[in-house]
Amino acid sequence: MILGLYNYWIVVVLMMIGFYIVIAHGNLIKKIVGLSIFQTSVFIFYISMAKVDSGTAPILAEGIKQYSNPLPHVLILTAIVVGIATTALGLALAVRIKEAYGSIEEEEIQEKDNLDC
Amino acid sequence: MKDLFAVIMLSGIYGLLSASFFVAMDAVDVAFTEASVGAGISTLLMLVAITMTGRTEHPVRHKPVLALAVVIVTGSLLIYGTLDMPYFGSAQAPVHQHVAPRYINDSMQEVGVPNIVTSVLASYRGFDTFGEVVVIFTAGMGVLALLSVVRRPRDVDDVASLNKSMHEEHLILRIVAKILIPFILLFALYVQFHGDYGPGGGFQAGVIFAAAIILYTMIFGMSTARRVINQSLIQLFAAIGVLVYGSVGVISLLDGKHFLDYSALSADPVAGQHLGILLIELGVGITVASVMIIIFFNFAGRQNDQQNKENNES
Repeated sequence: MILGLYNYWIVVVLMMIGFYIVIAHGNLIKKIVGLSIFQTSVFIFYISMAKVDSGTAPILAEGIKQYSNPLPHVLILTAIVVGIATTALGLALAVRIKEAYGSIEEEEIQEKDNLDC
Repeated sequence: MKDLFAVIMLSGIYGLLSASFFVAMDAVDVAFTEASVGAGISTLLMLVAITMTGRTEHPVRHKPVLALAVVIVTGSLLIYGTLDMPYFGSAQAPVHQHVAPRYINDSMQEVGVPNIVTSVLASYRGFDTFGEVVVIFTAGMGVLALLSVVRRPRDVDDVASLNKSMHEEHLILRIVAKILIPFILLFALYVQFHGDYGPGGGFQAGVIFAAAIILYTMIFGMSTARRVINQSLIQLFAAIGVLVYGSVGVISLLDGKHFLDYSALSADPVAGQHLGILLIELGVGITVASVMIIIFFNFAGRQNDQQNKENNES
């Protein structure tokens, strides 16, 4: 059954939406939003791999035989918090670019750079 | 969509949706983090950023056909790549065969903590987590370096007058926030120290704690918040969190054990694990909360400065 792979296809579609936003839009804030969608698709990829049929959340309790895989959860938990920290860094860079160039549109920034040369 | 405000609101909703998706996938700890980060803090930070960079996007002049072609080609290659992957939910997938059975079967004897995610995070893979905490700390320092402003004393009066109008206008918000904030802080502490037994831990607790402080700052204004929370003190706390984590590792080194081997902390290995996990989760929580507060303060402080500059010019 090839339909059993649908989780990966959802991930690929989300990832491509994020990728498209990053390469097709010139606005830096939009690029950051695109990057975070891309990032979330990777999170979903890991978490969906960790899921086991009829498994439960990996907290030990009496009478439960099947747990989902805890390792990807650990990796993604820390990745989310690191992701917000790096996103904040990106936003800080965008704010500084706005102050230096008066714009956060890629094309206008490049035009200004060309004028300076 | 050209209005960035709508884009950011939608991405907040997307964050909340993916959190519920993680619950459906049994990843309760991850869902916890994503709900507080994706739907809370990241939306806030982006909103603060667009108040400084402008709300609308300029129309795109170049054609998106090339970008679309690249995306479609990459996407179909990736889908072709998935054809060899194990099916969704399969218990025989290679990812479940490697170290996961050991974590699930032996962690109760070795670490003695029911939440496997916590025991893997803080004990088996403690070194990784140390790296992550250092990355968060570094990102916070980066934001500080990019955005920090030297406060001039005359700004304070401007901000204070701004706050007065704020206080009169948003009476309901103010009262509700006053009721809610203690409970949010209490809940953050619960999440911090209950992480061994249920979903939670230092990362989530830090973010929730920071969210309470940020709520306070948004409603009562920057100058009031600065009076409550000293900027340099919070920077010191960010460093102390990393220091606590690192020194737990060094203590076990001094005792002749491996780095972050908690059995050095106590005669009984399982009690040592408990103590070690408690300490390093505390370090993680302190660092994450302080870094989030530092990031928000710097964004908001920058914005106040810009407004003041504009007011002075006009």
